[in-house]
Amino acid sequence: MRTIDLLIIGGGSAGMAAAIQAKKEGIDDILIVERDENLGGILNQCIHNGFGLTEFKEELTGPEYLSRFVAQVEELKIPYMTNSMVIDMTKDKIVTISNKDKGVEIVQAKAIVMATGCYERGAGAIQIPGDRCAGIITAGTAQKYLNIHGYLCGKRIVILGSGDIGLIMARRLTLEGAKVICVSEIMPYSNGLNRNIAQCLNDYNIPLYLSRSVSKVIGKDRLEKVVLSAVDEKMQFIPGTEMEIECDTLILSVGLIPYISLLDNIDCPASSTKGAKVNEHMETMIPGIFSCGNCLHVHDVVDFVTDEGRLAGHGAAMYLKGELQRGNKILVTPKDGISYVVPQEINRDNQEDVTFKFRVRTPVKDVWLIIESNGQQVAKIMKPVLIPSEMVMVKLSKDKLDLIKDEVTLRLEAR
Amino acid sequence: MEKFDVLIIGAGVTGAMIARNLSKYDVKVALLDKENDVGNLTSNANSAIVHSGYDPVPGTNKAKFNVAGNAMFDKICEELDVHFERVGSLTVALYDEQIPVLKELAERSKQNNVPVEILSAEEVKKMEPNINPCVKGALFAPTAGIVDVFNFVVHAVENAVDNGVELFLNQEVKSITKEGDYYKVVTQKGEFLSKVVINAAGAFADRIASMVEAIDWKITPRKGEYFVLDHYKAGLVNHTIFPLPSEKGKGILVTMTTSGNYLVGPSSELDDDPNDVTTDPPTLRNIRAQATEMVPSIPFNQVIRVFAGTRPTCTRHDFVIEYAKSDKNFINVGGIESPGFVSSPAIGEYVVERLVRPLIELKEKKDYNPCVRKYHRLYNAMVEQDYKFVNEHENYSQIICNCEKVTLGEILDVLSRSVPPHSVKALKRRTRAGFGKCQGGFCQPRVVLILARYYGVSPMEISYDGEFSPILLEKIKGGR
Repeated sequence: MRTIDLLIIGGGSAGMAAAIQAKKEGIDDILIVERDENLGGILNQCIHNGFGLTEFKEELTGPEYLSRFVAQVEELKIPYMTNSMVIDMTKDKIVTISNKDKGVEIVQAKAIVMATGCYERGAGAIQIPGDRCAGIITAGTAQKYLNIHGYLCGKRIVILGSGDIGLIMARRLTLEGAKVICVSEIMPYSNGLNRNIAQCLNDYNIPLYLSRSVSKVIGKDRLEKVVLSAVDEKMQFIPGTEMEIECDTLILSVGLIPYISLLDNIDCPASSTKGAKVNEHMETMIPGIFSCGNCLHVHDVVDFVTDEGRLAGHGAAMYLKGELQRGNKILVTPKDGISYVVPQEINRDNQEDVTFKFRVRTPVKDVWLIIESNGQQVAKIMKPVLIPSEMVMVKLSKDKLDLIKDEVTLRLEAR
Repeated sequence: MEKFDVLIIGAGVTGAMIARNLSKYDVKVALLDKENDVGNLTSNANSAIVHSGYDPVPGTNKAKFNVAGNAMFDKICEELDVHFERVGSLTVALYDEQIPVLKELAERSKQNNVPVEILSAEEVKKMEPNINPCVKGALFAPTAGIVDVFNFVVHAVENAVDNGVELFLNQEVKSITKEGDYYKVVTQKGEFLSKVVINAAGAFADRIASMVEAIDWKITPRKGEYFVLDHYKAGLVNHTIFPLPSEKGKGILVTMTTSGNYLVGPSSELDDDPNDVTTDPPTLRNIRAQATEMVPSIPFNQVIRVFAGTRPTCTRHDFVIEYAKSDKNFINVGGIESPGFVSSPAIGEYVVERLVRPLIELKEKKDYNPCVRKYHRLYNAMVEQDYKFVNEHENYSQIICNCEKVTLGEILDVLSRSVPPHSVKALKRRTRAGFGKCQGGFCQPRVVLILARYYGVSPMEISYDGEFSPILLEKIKGGR
């Protein structure tokens, strides 16, 4: 059985960044396993711009952004395999790889970085009432058909869910001549970035209906109509509020979920992000297995995925060099108004700054973000506006970390 | 106009089993279905279980064919290369006053010749750790099983076609008239002549039967809605878990499937329209409430799909398997609701040997082969940790469906067979591509392109399910 020092599962933004970082830190025996024909992951189909503002101080398209990292992978001569998928993995890091041309190979990895991205929730997961006909499609799949293969999935379209891919697709489909009738969001606020609401809906006069969802899908072979109904606070449909809309397509943008079947199979503990539980080095609870990017928690900006990939690559390099600190654990807990925090634990003897990434449960204005440890305040930061669709990052420097005892909580408090 | 000896209307599990039994003999057989695939309605939307037969009233057709059919499953599934496991079923009593009912059911099982055992609460909890801890006992039926219903029907028809049966899809019967010694069966696409006609039209069997004569039975469809849960490591149940049966049926069950997924359902709602397979939140909520009484920890966040199927419930409350009153050459096989799937092998044999044999000469074919060509899957290779076949054959390590590990080799194999899939759903049922947690989000575009390339058509001509259910509506400038 061949051994590989660092196996990176997934050659998208997170995986490439992890590989590049580890290579720069002296790890040479790396292999990136990518299931698609090309490196780059989902960015290949994101032909709109807006990528790279943090990373490059430029506004790039998805393919432009990814090509800069592919160039570095090539330049650093980091080995990668495309058309390849890891189909099985053990706790001991014995990994089964299925490659289009080479067949199935089993390798022993010393460290692994999971960078497998996320998947879209579909009609079944949200149990849309009514028929299950053709013409119901997730936003990312519609994007792939359009941007990679050149086909429109519909002409008269209703979009359910105001996630960013749905918003981006509203604009894209409109530009290709389809009629996007409306976007319907079950929550009383949008789940997309504000800039996407402005640039993808408002600029094209596409209405956004809040607190409304699909109460019935009607169609024998292909979708014929959807019924939108208002929902109450318990998300139940309110009778008498039905709006029947004739359309041939229902696009779903109703959430992304970290794709971590491989970790589930080895009982790797998960967190409330539905990704793996990790420490500040993005190391899961299984030593030597790291996780980053959208398979850890779903990001809204790719630049932050890249950054997290680097963090995991750095962690993996330290692990391989035997430099990873393993002191007592400090548990990180989200409270009042915060839905999750990454990382979920920190090593006591950590010598570096730590960035907490979190999301709020509902939109809030004028709040304090309070970080405290064993009842003592470590930091208090003013936040004018926080919305669930925008991930928040707070860096704690080493001297602040020294104030933390065996647990730390993050919570919001009204000003 | 082509002349047949036997024409079967309906390629569900009943029609498939009749066709397969007829394919042993030197007779010209047509198998018609109104759908774009075989087994597209009731046969693919059910609990996917092989009932033991403890439940039907002794002496009924249901009891007789259920028990006989159950015993035939091992051999048939071996021949047809279909996943079948006798996992056993547990009918659980949650209250003390239900214990006598278990005893009644055990008595009924004895009359039906079905081996059962009454288990204590402790024994049940040991077998099913996730069962409601209040459980008082259960009736264990070890011969009950789970089966891949999709491929059971597909492979049966494939085997029948390999042995000479002619399959006609997308042919909806509009009229049936007698012309001399033959029946003339007219569909929206053509006409067929046949000496014998067998009506196995499922939820539409009464409509077909009424084309020939006035009948004294009627199909009163009952819709059943289900949740499908993803397969996951920790697992939920190891057997099929039933509540005690009621007048409405065997109740809401929780079962594992052959793919390691879990099914929770079905509801039982009277519905005039046999085409109605919609799902609705109140019914699903009700299923959820009832199922969690038996298994409180069902993780509904693992739901990847909901669906509904139609039970062809008959006013006779039993299977109708008989000659038409006015003419023996027309055979009705109707009202095949639960336990219809498990009964199908026995019904198929009975219809051919007892009802068709007196009508036409059945001479055995010399070259009849009861087996389908072996199916190879990467997933099976993973389970067996044997990658020899995969590594020696092209395309068996190129994954198309990430979630279910379905390869291009498997897809090209089913396309090359005698009952190839013509739609994304038909392909999904055969290979499981699109059956996983992302429900085709990643693989559907790949699958559409593979189908288009194979059939030499534009991707816009590829259907999701029925003949006229396109997925893509327009090509954009620069599109491939």
